[in-house]
Amino acid sequence: MTDATLATRKPFLSEGQRNGLIAGGVLALFIAALVVATQTGTITRNDWIYKIFVDPFVSMVDMPDLLVQTVWEGFVAGVLYSLIALGFVLIFKASGVFNFAQGIMVVFAALSLVGFYEFLTLTMGLPPGFVAAIVAMAGALGIMFVLAVAVERIVLRPLVNQPDIIMLMATVGLTYFLIGFGEYIFGGSPKVMITSQLGLPTGSTMLDFAGGRINIQHLDVAAAVIAAVMIGVLGFFFQYTRIGRALRAVADSHKAALSVGISLNQIWVIVWFTAGIVALLTGIMWGARSDVSFALEIIALKALPVLIVGGFTSIPGAIVGGLIIGVGEKLGEFYWGPLLGGGIESWLAYIIALMFLMFRPQGLFGEKIIERI
Amino acid sequence: MKTTSLALGLGLGLVAGFAAVSPVGAQESINFVHNTYRTGAFSGSGIPVADGVRDYFTMLNNRDGGIGGVRINFEECETQYDTRRSVECWEQAKAKNSVVYVPWSTGAALATIPRAHIDKMPIFSMAYGLSASAVGGTFPWVFNPPLTYWDGASVWIQYIAQREGGLANLRGKTIGLVLLDAPFGREPIPVLEALAREHGFTLKTYPIPPAEMQNQSSTWLAIRRDRTDWVLVQGWGAMNPTAVREAGRTGFPRDKVIGIWWAGGDDDARPAGPDARGYLALSWHQVGTNFPVIQDILRHVVDRGQSNSAREKIGENLYNRGVYQGMLIAEAIRNAQRLSGKRVVTGEDVRRGFEALNITAARWTELGAPDFAAPVALSCEDHNGHHAAFVIQWDGTKWNRASDWIRPDRARIRPLLEDAARAFATSNAGWPARSESCDQRS
Amino acid sequence: MFYRDAGQYKTTYQSDMAIFPLRQDRIGILVILALAYVAVPLMASDFILKTIMLPFLALVLAVVGLNILTGYTGLISLGTAGFMGVGAYACYKLTTLFPEVNILVWILVSGFFSAAIGVVFGLPSLRIKGLYLAVATLAAQFFLQWAFVRIPWLYNYNPSGAIEVPLRTVFGVPVTGPTAAIEVKYLIALTFVVVLTWVASNIVHGRIGRSWMAVRDMDIAAQLMGIKLLETKLLAFAVSSFYCGVSGALFVFIYLGGAEAGTEFGIRLSFIILFAVIIGGLGSMIGSFFGAGFIVALPTILKFGLPAIGIAITGAIAEKIVVMVIGALTIFLLIVEPHGLARLWQIAKQKLRVWPFPY
Repeated sequence: MTDATLATRKPFLSEGQRNGLIAGGVLALFIAALVVATQTGTITRNDWIYKIFVDPFVSMVDMPDLLVQTVWEGFVAGVLYSLIALGFVLIFKASGVFNFAQGIMVVFAALSLVGFYEFLTLTMGLPPGFVAAIVAMAGALGIMFVLAVAVERIVLRPLVNQPDIIMLMATVGLTYFLIGFGEYIFGGSPKVMITSQLGLPTGSTMLDFAGGRINIQHLDVAAAVIAAVMIGVLGFFFQYTRIGRALRAVADSHKAALSVGISLNQIWVIVWFTAGIVALLTGIMWGARSDVSFALEIIALKALPVLIVGGFTSIPGAIVGGLIIGVGEKLGEFYWGPLLGGGIESWLAYIIALMFLMFRPQGLFGEKIIERI
Repeated sequence: MKTTSLALGLGLGLVAGFAAVSPVGAQESINFVHNTYRTGAFSGSGIPVADGVRDYFTMLNNRDGGIGGVRINFEECETQYDTRRSVECWEQAKAKNSVVYVPWSTGAALATIPRAHIDKMPIFSMAYGLSASAVGGTFPWVFNPPLTYWDGASVWIQYIAQREGGLANLRGKTIGLVLLDAPFGREPIPVLEALAREHGFTLKTYPIPPAEMQNQSSTWLAIRRDRTDWVLVQGWGAMNPTAVREAGRTGFPRDKVIGIWWAGGDDDARPAGPDARGYLALSWHQVGTNFPVIQDILRHVVDRGQSNSAREKIGENLYNRGVYQGMLIAEAIRNAQRLSGKRVVTGEDVRRGFEALNITAARWTELGAPDFAAPVALSCEDHNGHHAAFVIQWDGTKWNRASDWIRPDRARIRPLLEDAARAFATSNAGWPARSESCDQRS
Repeated sequence: MFYRDAGQYKTTYQSDMAIFPLRQDRIGILVILALAYVAVPLMASDFILKTIMLPFLALVLAVVGLNILTGYTGLISLGTAGFMGVGAYACYKLTTLFPEVNILVWILVSGFFSAAIGVVFGLPSLRIKGLYLAVATLAAQFFLQWAFVRIPWLYNYNPSGAIEVPLRTVFGVPVTGPTAAIEVKYLIALTFVVVLTWVASNIVHGRIGRSWMAVRDMDIAAQLMGIKLLETKLLAFAVSSFYCGVSGALFVFIYLGGAEAGTEFGIRLSFIILFAVIIGGLGSMIGSFFGAGFIVALPTILKFGLPAIGIAITGAIAEKIVVMVIGALTIFLLIVEPHGLARLWQIAKQKLRVWPFPY
């Protein structure tokens, strides 16, 4: 038997499967031990072991309506995180730039929308309503397009081929500029998102469930649907159009793409514009949940743990990562947060992300890092 | 890479750049550098307040030619709610001989309180900042009328007791405190805990990390799980509108959500639309434009196009709070002129002016604000006054007064404050004993 | 003309590897030190000392610290402000528990606490790289910030939740607290910065620094050459966090004089320090100073300097314009010289060397 055959012969279980089996076994043993200990009274209700490992699950079963509600809230938050992360991924894939400005783009897009709407209805005398909202939307999209062209011309083109960290820094400069510019034009005061004018639903539905109630906001459903549609459209766009193919080619290799006649500059404008559209939709959704202000920029940081769970380069990763982080942090805050006095949401997402990183350093869907000397 | 400390050269270059710049005080004017945050994450609350103060002093200049015939040189210093910038503004205020420093953030108040008696500039932190600075014997240079967060906690519980039909009915109730997870948010907890022990209600705290201000869904789910009867909101900036909205989303009765006075902005309730109807907040002054002083601002400032504020925002709650603050400071400056006999007063005079502050109901009327707020009186010992507050309610478009004046439990709060002040003085070894003399109120 | 290395022969390895191999540089540094120690405290106004020099000096150590980690070892961290907070809180606890010990000792010692925490949060760096690591260190930032608010023991159960700096004297001269003279504070901060920068400069020029740079350039190759990755990376985290800790202690004790963690040691500060490192120049000590000057001092200078030279902008408008200018300048600088201000400085020196006859 040669070495080659040795190497190719498949073991009964792959390494991953074996590790999974071991982990599962340990977990099962642990749960069994807990159940036995609780039943025999070795662990009482006041033990920390009980509080951490038993109590949350007991209350999940006791009040299933709250569990479902929490998961739903986590799902909705996750969808919104995914949207922000999607903006990062699009740009990272096509230009290798970690776009720190995505958060402020969300704010900027939403402010442009509201600002245009106010301008149209107050100054131009358009009747408030759906038509004005749609025109404002077009205006905001126009601004995002101008921004994309400007970024490509002024920032990206002169900085071609610089190391990642320099590109990151350039987007930081862009962030500062957009913050100052946005506040200069729109003022710092928070604005109310034009939710109903855009035709988004606002009410809520109560569902009876297992002796309790579940409150579903129509806006959240709309957010999930819009996100799904947008991801579908993006997927189609990437997979089946000429520009989409070009985009994927650029993502694979800039040089190869250039050599077959794809214009990098054009692709970058398209990608930044697409990220701008995603930012606008994200801004509408988050703005409808609270208000449109510069504080929203902080929310964009939540996309970072999503990115490390999902990987910087994968669109499905951004979505799955967003859902994992969203549901995980809401469950954690709701069931385990009180043990620590609450408010653990701010770092829990990162801990969840770190746990994933320990097993897959490149994220769930990221490209495997192959290192060669 | 060489010459590591060439950076110091860089620093020197900067020094050379504007070492020559020194403040130039105009003739016959009183300088007042006022901290604002019209930018940044807290601008939503910062802008209306800043507009109110600014317009009030502009009005005084336009209508009366200033205070006592001396123009007030009002200047804004932008802080972005950032302590480092606020300290810069302290230096700026000092360099320009500002007669008072208004930190507008608890962090800035804490960083500047130890400097007040050295730089001889009084600090006016209206119902925020360090609660213990109400004790004038320890903090002669700091003023925080009309009431502290601890008084606010007392008013909260009294109001709830009124609605529940007596303090006895609080037993067995659950009261939740949704708070910004920062020292400001945690401020009322000790008093609320003491009251909970006394009256037999359960206090639950729901901290919101600063980075999660607009992401509160799990908090309000927890409130639903804990079957909380009342929710108190100790929030600021973007946290407030989100809290109101989430209360609506989870179906928590809005007329059982009471914000602290900083959670009572019009922009806190308005974004939630009809969902916000019934939302309550504490306040200590009226809203609306039906006061001669506000009318004067409209006539002398807004009509001349000198206001930064939109016309329809004038008379809103936080705007009027800015006006209220302006009136207290102006009154302190008047007192200072009277006590010192000078026209152009200094920070030291204004400190005395604050201690002599005594705005009775009649004086409020003279100032053009009849029944605008409760009488305010300070003394050398009491820099806060623990004055009464009331509850206002959002009706979907504006705030309306929803309760009588409620006096905080001064007898309970005052000893706690004095303990805290003593603790401050002992832990800050070398804290000076009060050396400032005390004026008799005339 | 005056800046020439002709005629200065190196006869030993030591002299060739010296930090300042040129005589002119040695003279230059002495002049600058003299200016910083004598001229600045004598000539600069209180306003400049307090609003520009003190925050600059306090934060420059954090920039040096992060540069050790990011610039020399290639590990990006966004937890800088958290580690600074550890230093500040450690110093506060130490000086309130043992008030009789010299505060300057505690400022230095608090760095070790920060270093210990830094090592713990540095552990993931063994498995995670690049931007992934940067995001992972955010966990440290948010967790520490949460802990500063949530563990009342850290601020001595103070009802205001803040740490206040007590009066401490050294040889009878007050150095912290409100009564300390601004010049004394400035000289102390300056001494910390000079000494610690000198130490850092020696570390990065020595064996440890070379192993850090080997790890930065390619960690697998470094491992093959016999550099132990675990020790090297964790040492980088420790040294870096030490500098951040001392910086945090200086920031609160010498500059602010009282702080609440929620607003002081937030994520914004972490980013600001990272920006300073990149703008200044990765892997450059002098760059750290330039970067800190650009990001920390420039906003203040623009805000107060522009009105002073007659450009009348005030209040909020000034802030907005300053933010815009900083953003635009950052992009402009990166386009002109992606390797930071330090590289511009090198180019300037090179030009100076051949001036006035460049051929």
